Amino acid sequence: MSAALANFRICDFTGQLAGAGATKWLTAFGAEVIRIEDPVREGRWDIMRGGPPFVDERRGINLGGSFNNHNTDKLGITLNLRTGKGKEILTEIIKHSDAVTENFSAGVLEKWGFGYEQLQKIKSDIVYVSNCGFGHVGPYSQYKTWGPLVQAVSGLTFSSSLPGEPPAGWGFSYMDHTGAYYMVIAILAALYHRQRTGEGQWVDLSCTDAAVTLNGPALLDWTVNDRPMRRENSPNSNRSQFARMAPHGIYPCTGNDDWIAIACRDDADWQKLAAAIDAAWTNDYTTLQSRLDRQDKLDAEISSWTEKQDKFLLQNTLRSQNIPVAALQKPQERIDWDPTTNNFGLWPTVEHPEMGNVRVDGLPVHMSKTDWEMNRGGPCLGEHTEEVLINLLGMTTKEVQTLREENVI
Amino acid sequence: MSVLNGIRVIEIANERIAFAGKLLADMGADVILVEPSEGDPSRNYPPFLEDKPGPDRSLYFWHYHTSKRGITLDLDDEDDRNRFLELVVSADVLLESEPIRRLSLLGIDYADLREANPGLLHVAVTPYGRDEPLSDLPTTDLTLMAAGGPPWSCGYDDHSLPPVRGWGNQGYNTACHYAVMSFFTALMHRQATGEGQFIDVSITAALNVTTERASFCWLVDQSTVQRQTGRHAAVQPTDDAQVLCADGCYVNTGVPPRFPHEYARMLAWLSELKLDATDFPELVFIEMGANLDGPIDRTLVGVDDTITAIFSAARQALALVASKMSAYDYFIACQDAGLVAGIIYSPEEAFEDEHFKARGLHVPLHHDDLDMTVTYPGAPFNLPKSPWCISKRAPHLGEHNHEVLGS
Repeated sequence: MSAALANFRICDFTGQLAGAGATKWLTAFGAEVIRIEDPVREGRWDIMRGGPPFVDERRGINLGGSFNNHNTDKLGITLNLRTGKGKEILTEIIKHSDAVTENFSAGVLEKWGFGYEQLQKIKSDIVYVSNCGFGHVGPYSQYKTWGPLVQAVSGLTFSSSLPGEPPAGWGFSYMDHTGAYYMVIAILAALYHRQRTGEGQWVDLSCTDAAVTLNGPALLDWTVNDRPMRRENSPNSNRSQFARMAPHGIYPCTGNDDWIAIACRDDADWQKLAAAIDAAWTNDYTTLQSRLDRQDKLDAEISSWTEKQDKFLLQNTLRSQNIPVAALQKPQERIDWDPTTNNFGLWPTVEHPEMGNVRVDGLPVHMSKTDWEMNRGGPCLGEHTEEVLINLLGMTTKEVQTLREENVI
Repeated sequence: MSVLNGIRVIEIANERIAFAGKLLADMGADVILVEPSEGDPSRNYPPFLEDKPGPDRSLYFWHYHTSKRGITLDLDDEDDRNRFLELVVSADVLLESEPIRRLSLLGIDYADLREANPGLLHVAVTPYGRDEPLSDLPTTDLTLMAAGGPPWSCGYDDHSLPPVRGWGNQGYNTACHYAVMSFFTALMHRQATGEGQFIDVSITAALNVTTERASFCWLVDQSTVQRQTGRHAAVQPTDDAQVLCADGCYVNTGVPPRFPHEYARMLAWLSELKLDATDFPELVFIEMGANLDGPIDRTLVGVDDTITAIFSAARQALALVASKMSAYDYFIACQDAGLVAGIIYSPEEAFEDEHFKARGLHVPLHHDDLDMTVTYPGAPFNLPKSPWCISKRAPHLGEHNHEVLGS
């Protein structure tokens, strides 16, 4: 087991990807994450639990493929917080934890009696990190979001578009991933502060705040130059926004929905590309300014050249010329066929008691002394309840049995 | 005091890692940006202050290098390399994105540095990882994104249009998030043991695991998602989620409601807008939704004909309502009624929204060199006990040479 975070225990209410993705990182580096779920609703607050994709024709609360992907190596317990005993047990778990993490709508944990003030009373130096769409403070704090809406309201959907078309946006919850990344940073930063000062704190993380800040240079263009992104022919996100580059785009190839990305950083790249194209029209574009001024026409010319070629063969040709290029990879191509992801160990296989062996998203980093590990799949509902109550809280098997009979767990 | 006060970071200038350095610097680390004597190329990236180019006028450079100090060193020069070594000995972190063998050829790679500084956290961010020769091929954010997977899921229903790469070097940003997560993780290990280590971050690997369904659908059942306009790429096509409002702006109508009272609210809305069964023949299904005994079980959508019809009518009703209102009015009216919807703002519109202002996202910073105050975007998240802070503007080229290097 990785030793980097082995000293930390997290009392974890997170779900979906925006929250569960964060504590997945912590377990991979050795933290003990105790995931608390509601036995009455079978943990269905997390819509991934029991949801698609599935490894085979079986369906069930423990068989959700995305849940398994986001919850590797966590301990899973059930606790009915509508009951007094359930609250007592949670209080004991919090006393033994370094951090409490959640991504409910604002105010949910407080309604259960476990807002920050109460958490502090239970453990004075607790770190509490909440991650919700609009945060717990501000005019929209009661509004609800999910990944695509965070992206919509923050400007990230608008900015990812082609001119003359509606917003394309991100075809996945980029901000669930990224919200989880910031949640990891927030948890570890607050734990580091606690180590140095003895102080805990509440981090009110808002996914839309984080998303707005990812527009950095466009926001400065607005505050400094008064230039909005909402203007004619803007944006075209496949073009280069910063370094002046042309051509710079995604072009069609032979095959079914096959595409290639090509970027010329300077005249030298362009001259090599023009030599590979070997056509008279390239002479119209010898200077960067001429390429930038007529980029639509240039893109059309390049498309008429690429569309007759196989994306991987063309990638090899242009790579040999040291031109920035990449075939736009489909999931199978980058997961099963790309040697770079496999050599990196990016798709580990974890063992799940009901699903069997399943490949999951690994982590895109390696550490020389305390590298990550993933072994177990996401916990089945209540899989570790007995283990946690006995080992962490010192209960007896009989006490656990009574709690089960009383529908507390 | 900011959380990383007392941590020193040496950043070898490269556009791929500038954001990681900024995040650490805004969290209080003393980040020293090392540029070659001619300056980092990104000093010449638009947009520029008043659209006039100049090495200290790039707003891109301003944004990505807040709170850092700047020095110039030529790592190919032996004297400068010795200065660099001295600096790294004084530091906690080396952050770099150099060609994979460059530092070892110069005798300043982790194997050389750890002897002098056993607690050093050396974070290398490269296109495919430090052991992969492809990392030395020329790349840009666009080509890394294409190889790493995100654009496959982004674009339009019309597949004759190219897939779309998200705006604004988000490929680099994603790798930088992983660099910062890795730094904090390794810092915790160092706190416990005193041990430093080498951290290898692959940009394309980071993108491969930042694609949500595209990856885990393939991993679990070998199905392939297909891109769709303004909504999640999916294995089976899904309904539209984006609607053009009366003011020419778009909203994302989110997921149709499940509860009878939400359907009742929708009926009232349609009535307020004077839309009846002549305008909207599916009105009857909304009425059925309002009369349901309990919430819709979403797993029955596409299975049970009545539930499917109610759900689909709800989506159409929301689209109809949205088309009669401004995007902002629709967003507020929906959310006030407990329906999940979002306005599709441009970045500047988001920035000017009162919610983000109230949360402190407008951060004024005085530029002493220009005698002007610039409003920057604030913290992605804040630690109330150890606040995030832009401590200074981006450095001029070599501005802190004397302060950092002495003579």
